[in-house]
Amino acid sequence: MSNTASSLKPFSSSSARRIALLGGAVAVWAGLYTHLEFFADQSIVMTGLAEESALAEALHFFIYEVPKVLLLLTAVVYVMGIIHTYVSPERTRTLLSGKRTGIGNMMAAGLGVLTPFCSCSAIPLFIGFLQAGVPLGVTFSFLIAAPMVNEIALALLFGMFGWKIATLYMVMGLTIAIVSGIIIGKLGLEHLLEAWVQKLQNSQTSTGHSLPQFSWDQRMDEAISHVRSIVGKVWLYIVIGVGVGAGIHGYVPQDFMAMLMGKEIWWSVPAAVLIGVPMYSNAAGILPVVQALLGKGAALGTVMAFMMSVIALSLPEMIILRKVLKPQLIALFAGIVALGIIIVGFAFNLVL
Amino acid sequence: MKNIKVLGTGCPNCKQLESMVRKAVEASGTEAVVEKVEDIEEIMSYNILSTPALVIDEEVKCSGRIPSQEEIQSLIA
Repeated sequence: MSNTASSLKPFSSSSARRIALLGGAVAVWAGLYTHLEFFADQSIVMTGLAEESALAEALHFFIYEVPKVLLLLTAVVYVMGIIHTYVSPERTRTLLSGKRTGIGNMMAAGLGVLTPFCSCSAIPLFIGFLQAGVPLGVTFSFLIAAPMVNEIALALLFGMFGWKIATLYMVMGLTIAIVSGIIIGKLGLEHLLEAWVQKLQNSQTSTGHSLPQFSWDQRMDEAISHVRSIVGKVWLYIVIGVGVGAGIHGYVPQDFMAMLMGKEIWWSVPAAVLIGVPMYSNAAGILPVVQALLGKGAALGTVMAFMMSVIALSLPEMIILRKVLKPQLIALFAGIVALGIIIVGFAFNLVL
Repeated sequence: MKNIKVLGTGCPNCKQLESMVRKAVEASGTEAVVEKVEDIEEIMSYNILSTPALVIDEEVKCSGRIPSQEEIQSLIA
């Protein structure tokens, strides 16, 4: 155990400034976050609208949710930015190479959440994993978990639905990634890789260059630039999404969605997945809408299945994957994941 | 004469890196050829896992992130 004074000593003065800034930022963050309701209430009072009117409700929803989601997102993305300086794709690959089915799939899914991943890197990553002897099924577990259980989705779920549903989503997402990967691995589908990829499998022993060693100063800087790029990219989606959500919230009649996406309508889960798979959106755009639907009587499992299929499977991704996978394997991959999502959707609707 | 390659399949990140590299080359006055590599098989021959990647004289300098303008400047110099 080290006390604060001694643990601060080795830092330079610029580190001290960074830590002071970070402390200040955390204080401001907490101050804002704990007073969101107050600000929203005050703003509505200032507009002079009747509290019960549809417009006031929609406005209140908007003024309360936008800053809340943005604050949570910033905090989560900052922490992930720090984590990313420890977990590089190269390190993940080394950890996974030669791992057995089962334990390998579990590790792959877990690491898929923590490793920095962008869908445009899906192909190099996929091939690089296979080259280093990561089994096909384990590689798929990673590839399914990485986009589905991402930091943005988790931050938004936590902000709009609470920690229970965020955790449930994470557990379900990981389970789908693990089980789908195991199934794909057991089926022995290596022959469905494009020929040039098959040639590369297990072809390489060197691990390539690795992540530079970061100092704490650099880790904090990396995290800040991660926040800039992610929040800078998705804030508009959130504003628009919450805007649509606010409209639904204020103007769509209560229980309207119960007819379409309610628990009693069994086919709503597969229908939601069918609509969701080809759709391409990020969690930031889709979640605020999903939350509003939920408030109007849509069943949680149905809504969750819709969201998962939008985020985890998309047409652009499958077109990219076509460069390395034969069409049968893409179809199998999409089919297995979609089936997993449908099962999860039904399970949610049954249990909750 | 330096040979600089930006590896990436054409996502916004790769394009951003390419334009930053071109700016850095211009600013430093180094003699260099900047090439954008989009062919996936060629990209994989550099043994990288994530794009965008910056290759200078056939040596991978960084991958999976967009370095700052200063970092690029010092890599090129």
